[in-house]
Amino acid sequence: MQASRRIMSSELIYMDANATEPLRPAARGAALEAMALANPSSIHQAGRMARACLEDSREAVARYFAADPADVVFTSGATEANALAITALGAGRALLVGATEHDAIRAAAPKAEVIPVLGSGVVDLSALEALLARNPGALVCLMAANNETGVLHPIGEVGALCAAHGAALHVDAVQAATRALEDWLGLGAASIAISGHKIGGPMGAGALITAPGHVITPVLRGGGQERGRRGGTPALPAIAGMAAALAEPYDDGRIGSYRDEIEAFCVGVGAVSLGGGAPRLANTLCLALPGVKAETQLIALDLAGYAVSAGAACSSGKAAASHVLTAMGAGPLAGHSIRVSLPWNFDAAAIAGFCRAYQAMAQRALHGQRHCA
Amino acid sequence: MRIVVAMSGGVDSSVVAGLMARAGHEVIGLTLQLYDHGHAAGRKGACCAGADIHDARRVADALKISHYVIDSEERFKKSVISTFADGYAAGQTPVPCIACNQHLKFGDLLEMARDLGAEALATGHYVRRVAGADGAELHQAVDAARDQSWFLFATTRAQLEFCRFPLGEYASKAQVRALAAEMGLNVADKPDSQDICFVPSGGYADIIGKFRPDALAPGEIVDAAGAVLGTHQGIGRYTVGQARRLGNAAQQGGPGQVVTRIDPTTRRITIGPRGAMGNEIRVRDMNWLIEPPGAGGLRANARLRARDAMRPASIHSDGRVVLDEPALAAPGQAAVFYQGSRILGGGFIV
Repeated sequence: MQASRRIMSSELIYMDANATEPLRPAARGAALEAMALANPSSIHQAGRMARACLEDSREAVARYFAADPADVVFTSGATEANALAITALGAGRALLVGATEHDAIRAAAPKAEVIPVLGSGVVDLSALEALLARNPGALVCLMAANNETGVLHPIGEVGALCAAHGAALHVDAVQAATRALEDWLGLGAASIAISGHKIGGPMGAGALITAPGHVITPVLRGGGQERGRRGGTPALPAIAGMAAALAEPYDDGRIGSYRDEIEAFCVGVGAVSLGGGAPRLANTLCLALPGVKAETQLIALDLAGYAVSAGAACSSGKAAASHVLTAMGAGPLAGHSIRVSLPWNFDAAAIAGFCRAYQAMAQRALHGQRHCA
Repeated sequence: MRIVVAMSGGVDSSVVAGLMARAGHEVIGLTLQLYDHGHAAGRKGACCAGADIHDARRVADALKISHYVIDSEERFKKSVISTFADGYAAGQTPVPCIACNQHLKFGDLLEMARDLGAEALATGHYVRRVAGADGAELHQAVDAARDQSWFLFATTRAQLEFCRFPLGEYASKAQVRALAAEMGLNVADKPDSQDICFVPSGGYADIIGKFRPDALAPGEIVDAAGAVLGTHQGIGRYTVGQARRLGNAAQQGGPGQVVTRIDPTTRRITIGPRGAMGNEIRVRDMNWLIEPPGAGGLRANARLRARDAMRPASIHSDGRVVLDEPALAAPGQAAVFYQGSRILGGGFIV
């Protein structure tokens, strides 16, 4: 409750949706209702009511991704869903992961071969084809949209290449779900991972959605919940909230026009837009300010009341140099970049203030540099 | 005003943050992440950087101030840890805390404070900044037992203008701890940090071995005439003035033997009686916190180690220090010059 109030507070303009989308009111309502429910595995009436809620949620998720409800496994989040996909679908296959994948993938596949990206941030399809030729029947892990730049990979073309080489494709759709939906299963993906809180649901739930015919062996066995594919009592409030969030409208045209306005202004005062040349999410903007440390930019903007991020938020709270931007060949700019990701409820009235704060931050930092030189 | 406080997670800098917040300033706490959970140094247990960062965060939460963690691992490794090892490999006895103050705290952190529009940087050092007629002066702390002024001699005058050291005025650490308790800070009873933060207690040879294994290669112990008295297991284990680890060599040389010279090229350690010392030493990279003296030099008290006695001396701006009484000076340590409680300047012993 406190965190949500802070995100909505008038003193802080929240521009870090790719870290977490503000809770959708419908998701909050669904989660609150589900909090009153019993354990969905219980046999009694109360248990059956909970099970109905769980299965309603499963059907909603399945409908959204054009999947069979039987192929939806609820997890604690996308880190677990991605790990489950790699463990279950990757067994006996070579692993190929994109160079700009999230750590949830990279850490779960430490020995994987890396699929390079082009300078635009888009996957290098010819390099992928060469890797597939050397590793027939591999499991390919590629995100639909990148969390730091918003750059979209051409999942349809990747899916066709995978099919031609007998490979399976796992798509991390954490950032793309609701923002740039495609029929990923129809495009050839064997599985999709999503996270509830990245789409406006509560934290604590995610899902692995598979195409028909894939057997998911569990990482956590426990009491055999989720048809033996994921043990442990499902986090019903978070799951119900996630399902409700999927049904909410997302106005990418409106969000995209705000993003473009901010981008044009910041580039005008010296910023470089990374990934701006590729198809990307409407809400995401990766801005490098040459010579100014990402940490300094982030702190200055936070002190001015604008919440942005640098790289992926890691547990220590420190901003590490971005592997995503490094893979794109950004060189030193990788340590000088911030991510602006507009939430679904972003208010256009905040654009002017952000631009002023960005300009003030840029001028002060660049001025200081001249003093040092 | 907007003020940055360098917060280590210890009681001292936590109290500084509290004092600044209490005075009505807009406080920004910054914590340098210097090494990751002991990976850099193999340090484990209660004193790892992760726990200190956690403590700094919780103090900032309690004080309701902004707080950020700055990744300085690479910088710390390069400017502090590896130069520390390089110093030992060159036969010196470096002071990493001075390098850290110089490059990280009053270098990078101070720059960041300026970039963030702050008007001052406050730290938990036990020193006093006194406003003088010709700008800020650096003085010893009121609590002589806690005084850290020797470690801050390399601070430039411009940096000093920007700094605040509120703890230098307090009579005792007990007072600071009482303040922490009064502010409700959970670090009030946290033990003081000991020695060098990235070195496990008493075992700096491991660090040297990791960065400069050549400094742990065996060599000879000789007397002033060059006669071999014994062997040693690496010049990195010795410092000028040291009487330990000399084994039989010390007995052969007669009573009161100490290291008088370390030669990195031949890896020879020369020993001699404690009395065999000179009056004149030289320093490099001199930093003056006053106008540099003219041709005649100036009279001051020199302190050649952090906890050493004050030694009356004549100081010359070309780096010559002539002590009234002979003393052993270890290359790499600092010679810091005082008049009364005030620091005039200092340099690194050659």
